[in-house]
Amino acid sequence: MQRRVAVQASAEQWVQCAKCKKILFAPDFERAMRVCPHCGHHHRLRARERIQITVDPDSFQETDAELRSTDPLQFPDYADKLRKGVAASGETEAILTGTATLGGYEIVIGAMDFGFMGGSMGSVVGEKVARCFERGAERRLPVILFCASGGARMQEGLLSLMQMAKTTAAVGKLQRAGMPYIAVFTDPTMAGVLASFASLADVILAEPGALVGFAGQRVAAQASVGKPPANFQTAEFQHEHGMVDLIVPRKQLRPTLTYLLEMFLPVEAHAR
Amino acid sequence: MMTIFDFEKPINELESAIAELRQLAAEKGLDRSREIAELEAQRERLLRQIFAHLRPWDKVLLARHPKRPYALDYIRLMCESFLELHGDRLGYDDPAIVGGLAKLGGYKLMIVGQQKGRDLKERQKRNFAMAKPEGYRKAMRLFRLAEKFRLPVLTLVDTPAADPGVESESRGVSEAIAQSMLTMFELTVPTVAVILGEGGSGGAIALAAANRVLMLEHAIYSVIPPEGCAAILYRDPNKAPQAADALKLTADNALELGLVDVVVPEPLGAAHRDPQTTALSVRAAVLQQYEELSKWTPDALREQRYQRFRAMGVYETTR
Repeated sequence: MQRRVAVQASAEQWVQCAKCKKILFAPDFERAMRVCPHCGHHHRLRARERIQITVDPDSFQETDAELRSTDPLQFPDYADKLRKGVAASGETEAILTGTATLGGYEIVIGAMDFGFMGGSMGSVVGEKVARCFERGAERRLPVILFCASGGARMQEGLLSLMQMAKTTAAVGKLQRAGMPYIAVFTDPTMAGVLASFASLADVILAEPGALVGFAGQRVAAQASVGKPPANFQTAEFQHEHGMVDLIVPRKQLRPTLTYLLEMFLPVEAHAR
Repeated sequence: MMTIFDFEKPINELESAIAELRQLAAEKGLDRSREIAELEAQRERLLRQIFAHLRPWDKVLLARHPKRPYALDYIRLMCESFLELHGDRLGYDDPAIVGGLAKLGGYKLMIVGQQKGRDLKERQKRNFAMAKPEGYRKAMRLFRLAEKFRLPVLTLVDTPAADPGVESESRGVSEAIAQSMLTMFELTVPTVAVILGEGGSGGAIALAAANRVLMLEHAIYSVIPPEGCAAILYRDPNKAPQAADALKLTADNALELGLVDVVVPEPLGAAHRDPQTTALSVRAAVLQQYEELSKWTPDALREQRYQRFRAMGVYETTR
């Protein structure tokens, strides 16, 4: 009862953990990078917040911000969903990309935003992802991508399926340039995104508890003999099955990524 | 089991009448040839009429028709010879994907395709052509083998989707699909993909990252099954026909969008009414592609494939 009163008194000061439902003091919660201090639940981040807590201060320069989705199939409600996506995420599309430095290393970085149409991959997301890999190959920079997506964007039909192939081809270009690609699976990393560029990284990290899988849980259960395990399609499940290198708590991500860059890049790559 | 779709019913009724009349004529030794010819002409007119006005949903049903020829039927009907190879060399051999060495019109090829089953037992064995990770890993192994011995690759796509079950998830079905595409992109031999029936989302594109992508007239190619789309869009899987319209999943749509290169025509009444003719059309279309692609250098083949898919996508650039 007391808690409820507190929430009402100054709503902006208090938030509730989505998992354990405990009431948290908002400034503390933000300082903990939206990880619940009680149960450790990793709440989703906006793409811009993600990049901000990851890269060196003031080093991020956005790229390809001018790309906008159209409605090539005149798909029911798509134009409206795009408008709502902008309002919900504060971004123009489901991925934010750019260059930055991380621990002094210059990188190409992208972060998907689940708030924009479930982080779904249509033509613009596919294009921005492909450009990240091409930029990495051309400028000889490593690529770090934070995945957060329900999969391909149904509203662009076959065009969105082709983004799986397009982004995959671009990964190949980066591989031939010999530049590292690190993917971080955050909640959720699913379907068409998981089954294309996300799974092709040199090293794959995942946040604890993130949903990571191919098909929806119901479809998967229907197609299986027996009940799926309790941790089915979690980051931990994928780690157990060899699909994820490491489960990394949010506050450990920056040092882990820096260590990987240091291991893969020559000493000269570090900014003086 | 015989499934007859609504739009096919009048045709099938006529066909039964023709068959009955033939049998009667043979039994009684009567000459009914004029009546039979008349009914056949009627059947032809009806077929033309019906097939001139197919809706996308009718195409979905045709693409899934239980009598539609499957990958191994095409291989048998269009190749001079075929030796099937098995296994991913990682512990499994997925019957949903078949592959092997074929001779076709003077070319030595590696063929990899998804295979549905004809009867219940075979359907179960082949998992309705829903490949597991090991299926895609077998495909990759065969792609690499083709690269090593400079054999052009032909893929035959016909799957509702990749297998979504717990087992497939445990063995990394997403990674297998992604790697299969990447392996195709790295090849320096000519590659041609043909969408035979159902081009079902990730399960299909995993085998379709080719220099040329052909599609049969009544095949479908879609990012999501219409039933799944209807469940999301209209909260009602029974509205799949409307979803099929919205998804633009027909061969004509894919050609208009520039996502497939050639639509291979099917005989009147669709492939299942004349598999032989259909297979010969596919054969001719495929050979035409190899004739052109075989003149290209290995690097040019890889680069064209990259640029082909790189250009896909529709967006605006604002100032």
